[in-house]
Amino acid sequence: MSATTDPGAPAQATPDPDVARSRMWTSRLREAAVRSLPPEKLLPDTQPSYVASWVYVFGVLTLAALAVIIASGTILVLKGPSWWHLSKAGLFMNSIHLWSVELFMFFMVLHLWGKFFMAAWRGKRALTWMTGVVSFLLSIGAAFTGYISQQNFDSQWISTQAKDGLNSVGVGAFFNVLNFGQMLLWHVLLLPVVVVVIVALHLLLVRRRGVVRPLPLPAHRRSVSRETSPGHEQVVTAAAAATPTGGTTGSPLGAGPADKTS
Amino acid sequence: MTAALIDLDHVGHYLHWGFIQLSVANAVIIGLMVVIFVVAIALPFRAGHRARRGGR
Repeated sequence: MSATTDPGAPAQATPDPDVARSRMWTSRLREAAVRSLPPEKLLPDTQPSYVASWVYVFGVLTLAALAVIIASGTILVLKGPSWWHLSKAGLFMNSIHLWSVELFMFFMVLHLWGKFFMAAWRGKRALTWMTGVVSFLLSIGAAFTGYISQQNFDSQWISTQAKDGLNSVGVGAFFNVLNFGQMLLWHVLLLPVVVVVIVALHLLLVRRRGVVRPLPLPAHRRSVSRETSPGHEQVVTAAAAATPTGGTTGSPLGAGPADKTS
Repeated sequence: MTAALIDLDHVGHYLHWGFIQLSVANAVIIGLMVVIFVVAIALPFRAGHRARRGGR
């Protein structure tokens, strides 16, 4: 028998390192992340012209207030209750924490009003809207557990009133507002982590989908509604961000033609 | 301790409309929010330098 090679046999090729690398979960995850959120979308240097309105400032003011909440809350955790109850610096930091929460809720509701009247869930932005709603509800929970962690008569009054309401809906067994230790841990760990994660997801979705276009003026509504499928709207938004004259401006609640801004 | 700008050492004031009860403090805050919202829509926003030079 002669030693011949079988032309039908598979070739014993050396594995290509690039192919092997592309099969790794890290590279696949990295490529998927860059595909869905490229750097120019993640950190853009321009925005459509209709973003040039004070209404869009409420979102970033909410974020600024959240940053102060997290920073002041971290200092309070590090220093402890005797510090924030008894020392002047502690009382000051406690007040900073309280008032940043007040501003956070204030600006978040204004942000919510603006986005509601813009119908900001249009153009595949439903998940952006829903993460905003969830972060709003979680923030109410975080503020509530903060109010009942004050260790004063106010917190006693709030918790004893709230327990009846929570018991009536059947959650009192695992969310006991009279259990101070449980409420403090919800307030300083669980709820802040979840709020920050949901807000981060909300921001990434805003970057991915872009800022929603203003609602069309009544005269243009009929013609625009025929061509505004969710996919179409995203393309138009991207086109507005890519060309100097492709955007719209005026009131964010009703649009007219204009250029874009930085 | 410095006295508060607003005397808080008394029972709060409330507004009543039928079954709706609202503290004056909350009504003031809600009114302020509405005013700021309207002002934010009406007030012109100053564009950036690059936009004024034309384009980017």
